[in-house]
Amino acid sequence: MRFFRLFLARPASLIGLVLFLVVLAMALGADQFYPGDPLDLAGRPLQWPLADGRFPLGTDVQGRDIAAVLFHGARVTLGIGVVATVIAMAIGIAVGAFAGFYGGGVDEVLMRVTEAFQTLPNFLLLLVLIAVFGSDITTVTVAIGVVSWPASARLTRSEFQSLRSREFVQAARVLGMRDVGIIFREVLPNALPPVLVYASVVMAVAILLESALAFLNLSDPNVASWGNLIGAGRAVLRTQWYVSAIPGLAILATVLAVSLIGQGLNDALNPRLRDRT
Amino acid sequence: MTEPLLSVRDLTVALPPGGDRRHALDAVSLDLRPGEIHCVVGESGSGKSMTATAIMGLLAPTLTVEGGRILFRGRDLREVDERGLRRIRGREIGMIFQEPMTALNPLHTIGDQIAEMFRAHTDLRASEIAGRVEKLLADVHIPDPKAAARAYPHELSGGQRQRAMIAMALALEPSVLIADEPTTALDVTTQAQILSLIRELQDRTGAAVLFITHDFGVVAEIADRVSVMQHGRVVEHGTAEAVLDRPKHPYTRALIAAVPSTVPPKRAARIAPGETLLEVEGAGKTYRTGSLFGRRKRVVRAVDDVTLTLERGRTLGIVGESGSGKSTLARMIVRLIDPDHGAVRIGDVDLASLSRRELREQSRRVQMVFQDPHASLNPRRRAGDLVAQGLVVHGMARAEALDRARRLFALVGLDPNGIDRFPHEFSGGQRQRIGLARALALEPSVLVADEPVSALDVSVQAQILELFERLKRELGLTMVFITHDLRVAAQICDRIAVMKNGRVVEVGDAAEVFAHPRHDYTRTLLAAVPGCHWTPDLGDAVTPFPVRREVYA
Repeated sequence: MRFFRLFLARPASLIGLVLFLVVLAMALGADQFYPGDPLDLAGRPLQWPLADGRFPLGTDVQGRDIAAVLFHGARVTLGIGVVATVIAMAIGIAVGAFAGFYGGGVDEVLMRVTEAFQTLPNFLLLLVLIAVFGSDITTVTVAIGVVSWPASARLTRSEFQSLRSREFVQAARVLGMRDVGIIFREVLPNALPPVLVYASVVMAVAILLESALAFLNLSDPNVASWGNLIGAGRAVLRTQWYVSAIPGLAILATVLAVSLIGQGLNDALNPRLRDRT
Repeated sequence: MTEPLLSVRDLTVALPPGGDRRHALDAVSLDLRPGEIHCVVGESGSGKSMTATAIMGLLAPTLTVEGGRILFRGRDLREVDERGLRRIRGREIGMIFQEPMTALNPLHTIGDQIAEMFRAHTDLRASEIAGRVEKLLADVHIPDPKAAARAYPHELSGGQRQRAMIAMALALEPSVLIADEPTTALDVTTQAQILSLIRELQDRTGAAVLFITHDFGVVAEIADRVSVMQHGRVVEHGTAEAVLDRPKHPYTRALIAAVPSTVPPKRAARIAPGETLLEVEGAGKTYRTGSLFGRRKRVVRAVDDVTLTLERGRTLGIVGESGSGKSTLARMIVRLIDPDHGAVRIGDVDLASLSRRELREQSRRVQMVFQDPHASLNPRRRAGDLVAQGLVVHGMARAEALDRARRLFALVGLDPNGIDRFPHEFSGGQRQRIGLARALALEPSVLVADEPVSALDVSVQAQILELFERLKRELGLTMVFITHDLRVAAQICDRIAVMKNGRVVEVGDAAEVFAHPRHDYTRTLLAAVPGCHWTPDLGDAVTPFPVRREVYA
């Protein structure tokens, strides 16, 4: 309870939470507000927002209702963001935990692998993965997760390095606990808060990565994602800029919401920073 | 009587709202006269350090001075602005901190940092400053002052760093020196040297010294005058002799009574030499540091061929200074550190030769109590789970294990209903009890306790020692007790092993070792115990600390 009070005490995290809930509501209510396939032709192409009462946000090059794509796209965007983040965090935490806990040779090998991933620009790596494995939505999501884990691995590793020598870890060992038990039941819960905060960054980046792919027409064209909409608006960017601008704002709002929540979590989990206003 | 140089009058400092009390300092008054060492003594949270920081005008911004005056040469320091205070700090009032490693800047040489004092406060030329620095370092008896001036803080030992800090504080010959626990982080022999250094310098310069400490032994060693603080108030003050030998306030009496004596208690029924339970034979551990190509290679024999035995039902104390290898030895006995060679036998099993898997099954043979009551309990688990953990690992059902945990809580003097609480809801002493309950849960044959009372206040320390004593009696515990504090060792141990540089230099019955030490090093150690000539004798009229009922935050 105290945690939530701390979290909500900051206006920034409150704004983040409200924005995030709005996006979530759009995603959940997409079928109620805009039943049917959002990719279907809805009306005359390239109508400006508010020009027609039926299309408050206008229509795109192919005559799709931008509002409908926006609602359904929220679902896709959040879905990709969450799943990719879970994948990235799972890999990152596992690699970081083992490297940090055991140190020595294990650390050496795992960290070289991590560095290999980190040295490659992750968007380039993502393009390679898409080129090899295709661009349906599942592949895109997994690929984004696979390129986003190194930073969380490093973070987890450094947390583990400082925790592994604590006396409570030694106590668990003296009691006869196995390493796996010590890693996941004793150390991980203590290492998790900063790593979870970092997850918000991963999620924001994952959303941006998918949008960037879509902008290059390399994402799954059969789903109504925000990135696809921006990509579709690219051709008419100079005259009908709203086609790209509206989903662009949606992405901005979502990424902002996620970061603000992350920042709020960070502050709430770090009571020492409370007085730093 | 001479005029006081520094005089604190009714100083009151408010804590931010929501603290455990309203005032950090409550009408604190004390006088500091030239040529006098005034000890402020108290337990953690008594406000003794805050008194020092308030005098320096360095209180944290969340704390506000509500009232009172700090008169220095007749001027109220509270009315002096920041610029004026800067001129007074260092030049007129010098300060020595507890931990010289954090008080010194690791990126500058010692000489540079002392020279900074002159550069900031005087117009001396560089060549003159260099001469002064060297002289100061010679004054504090640093071996080879020229080299020390060029050294970086990490290149000096703890004692030398503290000497350098003192040199820095004395650079401008301040008339008042404030020392905040200056010897707490040091070994006893080093502590004895630093105390005599402070005394010597004070005799020479005639400065007034305000000496903050928690240790009555140190007070007995050095103080002219004593103020005893509790909960932000000065409860008793007077000359050292009066306070130490004829304390009036019940709190002072209880504190002094809690200081363990250096004379081992007479144990009536000596257990006849019985069956040997623990046997350490030729155990050793060597650390090699340095790069692959042998540059600056160092070989440290942390534990060097140690052989010890311990009989059932007795307590073996391992004493020594930091770096003597006593903690490494403790960790080798529980196999947290693998010995390079040698055997650690408990009963008929050699723990040193077991594989990890076999070792897990043998964890009932030996358990450990750790030093730090904060780091040794996983903050994210409930106290009951912490105690039940070992039993669950070894296959007991959780409900049954928790039931055991409840009984263990009662055994170590905690409220059994506390098992649902988290570690941070307990005080330091209570946490140490939890740690003990956790170790006892597996009913180990041997209990290894690594400095279990070192992080505790003296009153709490007395209670925990009493608990150990009771458990020894009731459960017939066989214990290896690691400590740097000879007073503690005298109270709890049947046998004593003195370690130095990884070797056991003397081993024998506690009474024997304390009364007739054979090895030179043991004699040095005993002579260095602060206040060793002072044995508090309060008669029987002292009420010991009441064991507080469990109070949760």
